[in-house]
Amino acid sequence: MVELAAKQGVRPTDPSVQASPLAIRGLTVSYNQKPAVFSVDMTVQLGSMTAIIGPNGAGKSTLLKAALGIVRPVSGQVTVFGRPLEKQRARIAYVPQRASVDWDFPTRVIDVVLMGLSRELGLLGRVRMRHIAKAMDCLNRVGMHDFADRQIGQLSGGQQQRVFLARALAQDADLYLLDEPFAGVDAATEKAIIAVLKSLKQAGKTVVAVHHDLATVTDYFDHVFLINTRKLAAGPVDEAFTAETLQATYGGRLATAQIDQIAGALG
Amino acid sequence: MLWDALTLQLGYNATLVAIGATLLGFAAGVTGTFLFLRKRALVSDAISHATLPGVCIAFMVMVALGGDGRNLPGLLAGSALSAWVGLLCINGLTRRTRLAEDAAIGAVLSVFFGFGVVLLTVIQTMGVGRQAGLEGFLLGSTAGMLFADALIIAVGGAATVLLVMILRRPMLMVAFDAEYAAATGVPVHRVDLAMMGLVMAVTVIGLKIVGLILIVALLIIPPVTARFWSDRADRVVLLSGIAGGLAGYLGAAVSASAPNLPTGPIIVLISFALFALSLLLAPARGVLAAVLRHRRFQRRVHVRQGLLALAQGQEVYEPYTRRLLRRAGLMRADGVATEAGRARAAKALRDERRWGLVRADQTHEAAAAQYDGLRDIETVLTRDQIDEIDRRIGPPHEVRA
Repeated sequence: MVELAAKQGVRPTDPSVQASPLAIRGLTVSYNQKPAVFSVDMTVQLGSMTAIIGPNGAGKSTLLKAALGIVRPVSGQVTVFGRPLEKQRARIAYVPQRASVDWDFPTRVIDVVLMGLSRELGLLGRVRMRHIAKAMDCLNRVGMHDFADRQIGQLSGGQQQRVFLARALAQDADLYLLDEPFAGVDAATEKAIIAVLKSLKQAGKTVVAVHHDLATVTDYFDHVFLINTRKLAAGPVDEAFTAETLQATYGGRLATAQIDQIAGALG
Repeated sequence: MLWDALTLQLGYNATLVAIGATLLGFAAGVTGTFLFLRKRALVSDAISHATLPGVCIAFMVMVALGGDGRNLPGLLAGSALSAWVGLLCINGLTRRTRLAEDAAIGAVLSVFFGFGVVLLTVIQTMGVGRQAGLEGFLLGSTAGMLFADALIIAVGGAATVLLVMILRRPMLMVAFDAEYAAATGVPVHRVDLAMMGLVMAVTVIGLKIVGLILIVALLIIPPVTARFWSDRADRVVLLSGIAGGLAGYLGAAVSASAPNLPTGPIIVLISFALFALSLLLAPARGVLAAVLRHRRFQRRVHVRQGLLALAQGQEVYEPYTRRLLRRAGLMRADGVATEAGRARAAKALRDERRWGLVRADQTHEAAAAQYDGLRDIETVLTRDQIDEIDRRIGPPHEVRA
């Protein structure tokens, strides 16, 4: 393992990489030779809740997808709990954007959550009572147990998002990566999701979420990672989430008044 | 005659064809469902057209080697090989260039098919004499089907269905949410290739009965048919297999019942008939059910709006609403509510208030999600829950006539 890490250019002795649930070094991802993410380093703190923040098209989702190996980077390494990503799949759970799937797909809520158990079930394993019970428990945690038998298309947007979260919970992971979990959801869903994420943190898990609502950053997260193609700031919220870093990230796109308002709220 | 065909009493060849077509239909329906759910149904069209050059080249090679050019396993092996090359071409074009998949399919389909037709002509002028029969692979030809041919279909079909069952979970995951599947470590690209490989296997074993031009119908129509009847993927897969098998069996029987009816095209037409029936009659997604549902919904909306108007002492103007209310005995001809109408109106207004509270209360979220302005609250909440809500609303009030 040490050898592998060394071959990939990550110094295995670097303690921040060893201890970090997610360490990214020199990551560049491009679509048609236009970098969406350029030379980004990221070290997520164990047990933290980190918000990835940046304007539209800043590469937030791309960063997440590269961290998961869904898109192939031009350069860079990803280590998860100090080891290469491929060896740590079982410890990562992903909650994609809701718009990424066809909601008319013939499947029920419970079937979607059972997908979270696919590693455990393997190719031929039968779905047993204990799997159903576990899936129902995960639905219960997001307040969706009454909907288990519904076809997924019958749910509201917020409910669909909670089903995606339940599917990730079923994986029993240590690191949760979420892509805009609060985008376009109702207030009840937002409350339910943040309660679950905080309970994950309580249990010692690490949460990283792409987040778009600057007003709730300080309430929901303890760490931020500001990106606009390049990394612009990272660290605990009270250090890295300031008027200066926001200005640097959003440039002219965020009205100065808005930044002042947020900075004011930060005290 | 048709009855004899349906009960497999029309002789040896007809029986072989019927059994082969049933098995082929089942395998195609089951396999095609995954392609349909992955939204890549048209790839099967390219795969099937890409078999033609392989068939011709295999024929030429076998003749050149001094063998029988019409040896079926040899021809099928050749068709599989060129279909695989076609598949890799589509994959390469889509992944490595900026061509969209539909354009890649169009290019590969026409080029491979065109090349195949050229080879067919070459074979005809080769003077080998026994070239006859290769054209049969275009639309299928069952006239001279042998036991060995049926055996190939049976064994190939069974192997395909078995592999589909083994791979069903990753294939469904990739079809529903490829990014999530990739994030959990499912090798999405390889699963896709395996799925295409299975489709190719069905195409190849179907060459003899339905031919390469029409096999796509057996891969696509049964899943679409099955989708009308279920919202669960595992059931859609099974129903699609049954629809395909039924089409194969009925089609073979019908074509055997009269002279000069081509088997493949009849199977496709029967398959379409099953689709048309489903489109019309399926309970939840069918056209008829949708029309009826809309009409019933419209009636309920009008009655409800009428009752709420009465409850608030407003005049009901819309003729359709008035007609419905009068027919239900809720309103007199002069527009005044009857006794029953007043009671129903009061209840409608009260239910509106109850729903208002339910929808504002997060503990009732599941119930609130069922609100559509029409549903009776008693069908969603228990008596006790309604009493609790009523306590919060306060005492009922009468509707004046």
